Amino acid sequence: MLQDKKARITETQSWGSYFLLRMSAPQIAREAQPGQFLMIRVSSGFNPLLRRPLSIHNCAGSELEVFFQVTGEGTRLLSQKMAGEELDILGPCGHGFSLKPEFKGREIFCVGGGRGLAPLYFLARELQTIGATPVIFYGGQTLSDLALKNRLVATDWEINFSTDDGSYGFRGFITQLVEQQLKKRKPAFLFGCGPEAMMACLAEICQLSNLPAEFSLESIMGCGLGACWGCVRKIKKGGAIKYLRICQDGPVFPAEEILWSGD
Amino acid sequence: MVDLSSDLGFLRLKNPVIAASGTFGYGLEFQPLYDLNLLGGLVIKGLYLKPREGNPPPRLAEAPCGLINSIGLQGIGVEAFCQDVLPKLSLLQTAIIANVCGEEEEEYARVAEYLSRHQGLSALELNISCPNVRAGGKCPAQDPEATYRTVKRVKQVSPLPLITKLSPNVTDITSVALAAEEAGSEAVSLVNTFLALAIDLESRKPKLGNVLGGLSGPAIKPLALRMVFEVARQVKIPVIGLGGIFSSHDALEFMVAGASAVEVGTANFVNPLACPEIIKGLEDWAESHGLNRLSEIVGSLKV
Repeated sequence: MLQDKKARITETQSWGSYFLLRMSAPQIAREAQPGQFLMIRVSSGFNPLLRRPLSIHNCAGSELEVFFQVTGEGTRLLSQKMAGEELDILGPCGHGFSLKPEFKGREIFCVGGGRGLAPLYFLARELQTIGATPVIFYGGQTLSDLALKNRLVATDWEINFSTDDGSYGFRGFITQLVEQQLKKRKPAFLFGCGPEAMMACLAEICQLSNLPAEFSLESIMGCGLGACWGCVRKIKKGGAIKYLRICQDGPVFPAEEILWSGD
Repeated sequence: MVDLSSDLGFLRLKNPVIAASGTFGYGLEFQPLYDLNLLGGLVIKGLYLKPREGNPPPRLAEAPCGLINSIGLQGIGVEAFCQDVLPKLSLLQTAIIANVCGEEEEEYARVAEYLSRHQGLSALELNISCPNVRAGGKCPAQDPEATYRTVKRVKQVSPLPLITKLSPNVTDITSVALAAEEAGSEAVSLVNTFLALAIDLESRKPKLGNVLGGLSGPAIKPLALRMVFEVARQVKIPVIGLGGIFSSHDALEFMVAGASAVEVGTANFVNPLACPEIIKGLEDWAESHGLNRLSEIVGSLKV
């Protein structure tokens, strides 16, 4: 964990409201694990005040990437950054996905909804290096939400697409596609990230199929270091329900520990 | 070499910069980022007798140049603190100050008493000013008499120097500061956060789970500065200033207004290196202004 005030942006890409920034941050890149995130300062002034937490989308050599959607003022400012500019970043923050030796030789489902695909690209790459087979599920409301489509297709991973309106891939929710596939195959694990409703539905599907799973959660954050206790969420731990910090105790939690809003 | 030290009488700080309670966890969270021995001191997150759950999320909302929080003092309680955290903090060469909370007067006393039995603390900060734990943001620091009683009670049971942390959500903060002084508080720190509300217009719901929260950050700095100025003119005990300090110039303004030391809070989130950078900035400023001792500027406002 460290603060790099001079992470130079080396490349930017955009697809409508979705953006990707690549930056050079050798020390943070050396430590980064899939599922961890960066706290990025979006303004050199005080408005907006807080850093924005963004999952590490990819980590290669001395470079890191973040993939995000413009959802407010902070991400809008970040989307305007250009190659050559320097970012003030803090990371790698939090605890990432559990990569287990027994994944070797097994299929692992990686399910992302919209911008929720962000942490799964880095994850899939790491899964491959430990000899597991990532199977990607990528859903959106419509084709324009599948911003990373071409990037994913260029890999040798199996990719399953869905759109609510049928403009690309399976017509319907990504959760339906996962459910269908689970009737035919037996993955060792499922990792998910996306809208709450998607993750809650996936958690239920996994429970019914006895499929262990982990989800990466999102929250507004103060510090990203576990110091302010501003990003808590109810988590079931050892028989008790407690407010745990998404930044430090997560952002990745086992499916069975997460309390969903409908619970 | 400029002398940055700040002599509070009961405690000599190596420099006037203290990390503020609630923004610095139990101290160790920032250890990966810099050497905590650089700090003048650090104030631990508020402690009750028992572990405490805190308020329902969302607990944070941004405001222009500010942050509204309603954490509600979630915490591990004094026992876990003294057993698991304090021994590690005791190894540091910086002032460790515990922030004492209570549901009522007696709990403040019992927390203070418990903490006083352990080695490693330089002082206690009495948190009678959190706006997030009682209905409507009420707190003892809104009433000079309640302040007097709580300070008096804590002083009876704890030999540790006491810094009473004041609320800005009052009509006349000097009357509360004077009450704390009269009851035996060795110092006052001010200000805690300003009671605030953030609304999500579309849902017409409050943005915070606990409805109201406390505003901090650059947005409150001029208000906090005014209150420090008012209080410092009235009390004889040292004043520790806080509220939106983000730079060494902010810290210097509080000192000129009468603060012997400062606490840095929300800035720790925005720039985790805020405290060491402010300390460096103080040294540079003192040097460039030909000061031998930085404390010369305390209360030097020309009015």
